Amino acid sequence: MKKMTIKALAATAMLMLAPVAGFAGGGGNLHLDHVKIDMGDKASLQRGFKLFANYCLSCHAASYARYNRTASDLGISEIMLKENLIFTGAKVHSPMKVAMPAEGAKDWFGKTPPDLSVIARSRGTDWLYTYLRGFYLDPKKPVGTNNTVFPDVGMPHVLWELQGWQEAAERSEDGHVTKLTLVEPGAMQPEEYDAAVRDLVNFLAYLGEPAQLERSRLGPWVLLFLLVFSFVAYLLKKEYWKDVH
Amino acid sequence: MANEGVDLKRRRFLTAATTVVGGVGAVYLAVPFVASMQPSARAKAAGAPVEADISKLEPGQMMTVEWRGVPVWIVRRTEQNLNDLPAMNSQLRDPDSENPDQQPDYCKNINRSIKAEYLIAVGICTHLGCSPSYHPEMGGELGADWKGGFFCPCHGSRFDLSGRVFQGVPAPTNLRVPPHHYLTESRVLVGLDEKGAA
Amino acid sequence: MGEFNPNAKGLLGWIDNRFPLSKMWNEHLAQYYAPKNFNFWYFFGSLALLVLVNQILTGIWLTMHYKTDGALAFASVEYIMRDVDWGWLIRYMHSTGASAFFVVVYLHMFRGLMYGSYRQPRELIWIFGMIIYVALMAEAFMGYLLPWGQMSYWGAQVIISLFGAIPYVGDALSEWIRGDFVVSDATLNRFFAFHVIAVPIVLLGLVVAHIIALHEVGSNNPDGVEIKKNKDENGIPVDGIPFHPYYSVKDIVGVGVFLFFFALIIFYAPEMGGWFLEKDNFVPADPLTTPPNIVPLWYFTPFYAILRAVPDKFLGVVAMGAAIVVLFLLPWLDRSPVKSIRYRGWIYKIALAIFVVSFIALGYIGTQHPTPTLTMLGRTFSALYFAFFLLMPWYTKLDKTKPVPDRVTFKKH
Repeated sequence: MKKMTIKALAATAMLMLAPVAGFAGGGGNLHLDHVKIDMGDKASLQRGFKLFANYCLSCHAASYARYNRTASDLGISEIMLKENLIFTGAKVHSPMKVAMPAEGAKDWFGKTPPDLSVIARSRGTDWLYTYLRGFYLDPKKPVGTNNTVFPDVGMPHVLWELQGWQEAAERSEDGHVTKLTLVEPGAMQPEEYDAAVRDLVNFLAYLGEPAQLERSRLGPWVLLFLLVFSFVAYLLKKEYWKDVH
Repeated sequence: MANEGVDLKRRRFLTAATTVVGGVGAVYLAVPFVASMQPSARAKAAGAPVEADISKLEPGQMMTVEWRGVPVWIVRRTEQNLNDLPAMNSQLRDPDSENPDQQPDYCKNINRSIKAEYLIAVGICTHLGCSPSYHPEMGGELGADWKGGFFCPCHGSRFDLSGRVFQGVPAPTNLRVPPHHYLTESRVLVGLDEKGAA
Repeated sequence: MGEFNPNAKGLLGWIDNRFPLSKMWNEHLAQYYAPKNFNFWYFFGSLALLVLVNQILTGIWLTMHYKTDGALAFASVEYIMRDVDWGWLIRYMHSTGASAFFVVVYLHMFRGLMYGSYRQPRELIWIFGMIIYVALMAEAFMGYLLPWGQMSYWGAQVIISLFGAIPYVGDALSEWIRGDFVVSDATLNRFFAFHVIAVPIVLLGLVVAHIIALHEVGSNNPDGVEIKKNKDENGIPVDGIPFHPYYSVKDIVGVGVFLFFFALIIFYAPEMGGWFLEKDNFVPADPLTTPPNIVPLWYFTPFYAILRAVPDKFLGVVAMGAAIVVLFLLPWLDRSPVKSIRYRGWIYKIALAIFVVSFIALGYIGTQHPTPTLTMLGRTFSALYFAFFLLMPWYTKLDKTKPVPDRVTFKKH
């Protein structure tokens, strides 16, 4: 019986570790390209912040995050921050609000662009990585583009200067676009663009949970302490239980 | 159970060791709970230094800016006001601003200010935290020899135009002068010294 | 009622003359005799108490920063995660603690199933425990609304709508629970009141009742032997050892090991791959858009799967309720002459194994999008779940049991 229950426990554990299919919003069976997230890569995070400030913050807010906290977490000085990353005239300690009024945005894009503070946590980084590389020309759409993982998205291809323009090359039976080709190159080579998007997604992953830096710094010490504590407590238990026959 | 042959020394040592290690853990665990009650990043952002433009302030006028949720007064004193100050000394509790908590060193003078004309002080009575009102007029309801100053409506404390407290009132100390410095001739930053100390 | 002792010395003596401190210490710890053969499964009671304390402490600290307002709640959670010093740790301790609570409670209940801890004279302990479990589900459900994300919102909407299945009064009842026509600010405020005040008070009272009932009759053990039947000349059970120091030092080891795994999740996988914190809950509640796949948190999914297994709305709710109610009846369904699985025959062992598999399978099915195969499986496992209880009076009687020894089995370690 003991063995059986342990097996049952193991089975539960396996179930828990299996990825939860279908939990991600926006369709379960789309192929997503994997992106490697690395919070230790400060240079990548800094480049990502720059792209974010230049391209995303003009329409999207990240209103739960503050400029100065973000800069100090990423090793950016306050002077650098003021001169190169704040375009709205906001103070260094303010949250990343957007200059564009929400009502106007609703008129232009059909809906207010979502706040991006926790977008990496709700969408997942692979989705973002695929999404930002998945815009293609589609004359049927009001903005002239469409997206492989987010069909009929209201957002235009903001990074077109960098990537250039893509067109749908292959479609699956149910009409999903499965392959894209570059028809007009942008300022970056495709590999450069992928790397840039990776930096941006890496930054978004940071932005979703700034505490993760502190979390991973602290984790080993807490675990080490608990090991020591458990060991001492175990010796104590052993000592007392010598009495029990 | 049998208690013969028990190594009491080892038992005591291990009990102490577990208690100490557990106690250290408990103290470390208390840190997040205690620290989380300190001012948050939002409170700190709201408490950041504030800039004030004093170019439009006429002699005898007062303006108020909010810094860390409290009123900070900026009073432009007249020539007459400044000349009256030394005569007040005998009626005051701390005429020479000896209490170092109530002003930065650079304001330890009879004007309690960087520029003689401009008094910058936290508008909170040092008695129980009410905000006194500004009475620049001479004489009047506050007595014939009133030379202008601040009067706290809660318990009647009085301060002169340098924010110095009178004798015989409940407030124990002079009004607090916050750290500040001038960015330009007419712009002052309240909440931060020139050296960067808040 | 102790008599006043004028010779009592020191602070303790002074207190003991006015409050039964030493008496309580002895009755519940130093002279509470527990069987000496407790095994791994006996850690989870004290661990549940630990998690309860964790939830109450972190909960109090979270309410210092949380805003109970439909327009502010989501942002206030992010405020805790970012702007409050250490807020992230306190929040993760609370969110991980919620799941940990159910992990330890489920294992604690399974222990009861294995060793017959619900059997006479411990029926009331089991009943109190079951009420704790139900209160805990209410507590978790209402707490999950507070972050005001999409899953919070739509999960609450779906569960409250279940009450709409009750004939005649259903719709009025769900409206009354919500305080509005949909889940709204009013719902958030009352759930907050229940989550932080009402239910915790009830839980604490029930936990005290659970422990008092336990200490009245004494603990069961893996052999299901009543240690009180075999006492020495001083009236102390020969197989009993004082809870303190023997089980207090043992439980401290359990606490250390438990906290290690607890910290592992908090520091390295606070979302636990979507099982403890769901992705869709990082999107603010939007009454106009339902997320494509609404799933309750894992600890509710077995019952959710039973709900979905029944094709009728009202009967589904009845089945789900029955799945919980039937657990209350366990002490009277079990007719075996022995308590512990160690002395039961193969029938009960197989029945319990099938039950465990069904419960876990239902839990998994409850997280998945219903396909015809999964619905079929859901029905099968629901039937097996109920069969375990409803057939119990017969198969436990049929089962060939082994003789129970007079003394507990104990190997010195």
